[in-house]
Amino acid sequence: MNKIIKYVFYDIVRNKIVLAYTLFLLLLSVGLFNLGGSPDKGILSLLNLVLLTVPLISIVFATTHFYNSYEFMELLVAQPINRSKIFMSEYLGVSCSLSGAFILGVGLPVMLFGASITGLYLVLTGVFITFIFVALAFLASVITRDKAKGIGIALLLWFYFALIYDGIVLFILYSFSDYPLEHATLALTAFNPVDLGRIIVLLHLDVSALMGYTGALYKSILGSLWGIGLAFGLLLVWILVPVLSSRRIFSRRDL
Amino acid sequence: MIAIENLRKSYGKLQVLKNVSASFEAGRAISIIGPNASGKTTMSKCILGMVLPDGGDIKIDGESVLKKHAYRSKIGYMPQIGRYPENMKIRQVIGMIRDIRKDVKQIDEELIGLYGLEAIYEKRMGALSGGTKQKVSAALAFMFNPQILILDEPTAGLDPVSAEILKCKILKEKRSGKLIMITSHIMSEIEEVADEVLCLMDGQLKFHETIAGIKAQANEERLSRAIAKIMNEQD
Amino acid sequence: MKDQNKLIVNLLATLVLLLWVTTAFGSTLKVCKTCTYTSVKQAVKKARPGDTVVINDGVYKEFGIEINKPLVLIGQNNPVIDGNYKGQILTVTADNVTIQGLTFKNIETSYTRDDAAIRVIERSNARILNNTILNTYFGIYLQNSDHCLIEGNTVIGKDVKGVNESSLGNAIHLWYCDNSIIRNNRVEGHRDGIYLEFVKDSRIKNNLSQHNLRYGLHFMFSDGNVYTYNTFRKNGAGVAVMYTRNIRMEYNRFEDNWGAAAYGLLLKEITNSVIYNNTFRRNTAGMYMESSSRLDIQRNTFDRNGWAVRLLSSCTDDTFRNNNFTGNSFDVSTNGNSALNKFENNYWDKYSGYDLDKDKVGDVPYRPVSLYSMLVEKVPPSVMFMRSFMVDLMDNIEKVLPSFIPEDIIDEHPMMRRLDYDSDRKLTQVLR
Repeated sequence: MNKIIKYVFYDIVRNKIVLAYTLFLLLLSVGLFNLGGSPDKGILSLLNLVLLTVPLISIVFATTHFYNSYEFMELLVAQPINRSKIFMSEYLGVSCSLSGAFILGVGLPVMLFGASITGLYLVLTGVFITFIFVALAFLASVITRDKAKGIGIALLLWFYFALIYDGIVLFILYSFSDYPLEHATLALTAFNPVDLGRIIVLLHLDVSALMGYTGALYKSILGSLWGIGLAFGLLLVWILVPVLSSRRIFSRRDL
Repeated sequence: MIAIENLRKSYGKLQVLKNVSASFEAGRAISIIGPNASGKTTMSKCILGMVLPDGGDIKIDGESVLKKHAYRSKIGYMPQIGRYPENMKIRQVIGMIRDIRKDVKQIDEELIGLYGLEAIYEKRMGALSGGTKQKVSAALAFMFNPQILILDEPTAGLDPVSAEILKCKILKEKRSGKLIMITSHIMSEIEEVADEVLCLMDGQLKFHETIAGIKAQANEERLSRAIAKIMNEQD
Repeated sequence: MKDQNKLIVNLLATLVLLLWVTTAFGSTLKVCKTCTYTSVKQAVKKARPGDTVVINDGVYKEFGIEINKPLVLIGQNNPVIDGNYKGQILTVTADNVTIQGLTFKNIETSYTRDDAAIRVIERSNARILNNTILNTYFGIYLQNSDHCLIEGNTVIGKDVKGVNESSLGNAIHLWYCDNSIIRNNRVEGHRDGIYLEFVKDSRIKNNLSQHNLRYGLHFMFSDGNVYTYNTFRKNGAGVAVMYTRNIRMEYNRFEDNWGAAAYGLLLKEITNSVIYNNTFRRNTAGMYMESSSRLDIQRNTFDRNGWAVRLLSSCTDDTFRNNNFTGNSFDVSTNGNSALNKFENNYWDKYSGYDLDKDKVGDVPYRPVSLYSMLVEKVPPSVMFMRSFMVDLMDNIEKVLPSFIPEDIIDEHPMMRRLDYDSDRKLTQVLR
């Protein structure tokens, strides 16, 4: 498996997009930290960036990469290698290289300009989001053979998690505003990795003071090490479910 | 060596293989023929595990290969159209496969030499012509001394000289006791290298006969005529 | 000529009066380790009305000192009166008492007695000057005492982090005390920094109140007071004022009152008052207004608050004019129709309109209430979507389709540039 990952890595590194992505993140992070004044503000601005662009780039890049690696996978499938291994190598190759780009592009500036536990959570969140959206991309790719369709599904998934989901939840909250919804909100945000990541970071910034009773509730749950563990555990579930289901589909379908 | 039992496969509503059964022995070359879309490629892909059958079984040396992968070390496969990662060089592709198949000690680089691939080692796969890609595919298929060779229209894109080299190689490997399965439309080629012909039609086994047997049955000297005759008879 | 004569007569009269005062209340009692009086209590007991008790340096472990005649208590070289957690230190039950330059410390939390370092009970003209009060339950406690002066004192309790509210008293606590002056004090580490209840016509100036567990300033039923040049910083819940009319708040700073339930200034049922030239910086809610009406709010700076102004719909006839709103997460939020309040000529950094006629006033109105802030007000849990893409989009949509925004809160003439209150005086006058 390591061998295959090596070649996936090699293929991605040759691809200039990841390099461009690293530079893009690096420039933006350094810029935001130097513009924003306080490190907290830098992290807050970075958070918006991380939650919007990282999922988008991860999902689009991973989907196109999957379709472009079709030949590669075909070549390997005729070799005495388990299909799951091929799939997992592809997955780990893509998500690790994108995470690497993220750690270089965002983690490094955070360490230099805003090293704090919040910064650590931001970077961790970004890495998890990368893994999650690559997983979703692979799920979209194994569902359909058609590249255009696959990218379409991937974009829809991104759109859903970045935008539509929040819209729906806000609408639900608005419609049922006569009821106590704090716990419902908590549950609903757990179903969207982007929200979950955003809240983990926000709760550790001082804007959390604006979050009132709901924020206090979140804080009481996510404030402890156990709660943070739980949140990242949930993010892990968000990685595992799409990865394992797409691996299953991939192992059981014709090439 | 290979036993196919009641193999069934359909893509959606289209039934591609309908209860195909056949068995092939080592040291023989079998040519799989049939009209376009008769299920030839699907059958070889089933053997390779690239396509998962809906029913039936495939056994190699008496063991079912379904949902397994280690058995593929016994098979060399040359696809109809070789598709490779575009930005890898020939050297890297060959290097990678060799890296993956490190367990194999005896490397057969005869075709690499005969096709002069070393000279173009640094070319990107994406920049290669269809024929050159076929040469790479052929070299890879034979490289690890597999017991079974599955060649899907091997000479289709090759120039006559290269095709001749490949045919010689096939005959050589057959003599050393390997099982060779070739799908092809070119009757002269089949006559040259194959011992048996397996004919598929609409996903069903039409016949599976030695070349001598076919000729005798149709009472024809030329294989192409004999086969045409048998097919017409049965219609 | 006549005037000059009058002046001389006046001067003479004053001199005579002063001489008379010194002779009449003349004697001075010294307290020190080697003096006749080695304890403050002794000296106070022996002193006659009008005497001066000078307390020299040293630590006096004393409590329960009652001053029941007009005296002047002066500390020299920082004497310390250590209550040693036994009870209240000074109780004043006479008019015209001055307490100056002393350090008081160590009073136990007494849930039933409200012990203070200095308590004045039902008397007038107490003057409490330049004292230092450390680690006490209540610091200075005045009840039913008018015309008192509290000046230059430093009242420091303890680190309030994690402390229960009921185990803390107030630094300066006034109850039914009219015409008081509280100025130049520094109060911290208590429940409320300055607490006023039924205190009328008083002036509170130039105090620094910080790091208190609850409010930096807390008053109710205290009409007609003037608050100027005070700083309220990093108090647990900011400043809360309630049920009061006719107050003036000018040139105060409300800063860093940051926490889940913190306000820069919480106004509840405050009416007919003016709030001018104050600075609200980095508060969770700069100004929170409930049932407050006829407030004139001008030339204030709201900078980097969570909510600059939370204006509940129970407020009417309030006017916001010439204020600066910069860097706030939400400029104004409301929970319903607040049509009866007026916004005019404020500067809003989120304003993106234009000024064709170059009169420095924007040509299109600004609506400071964002759709999302309305949503948060109506459905508090939706605040968890802060900083999400959806919310950014919502706020942008409302710029394009202003029909989404609540109609009633609107600044028809927003300023194009931040108002600099020193150099733009002319402009603001013209606009006024």
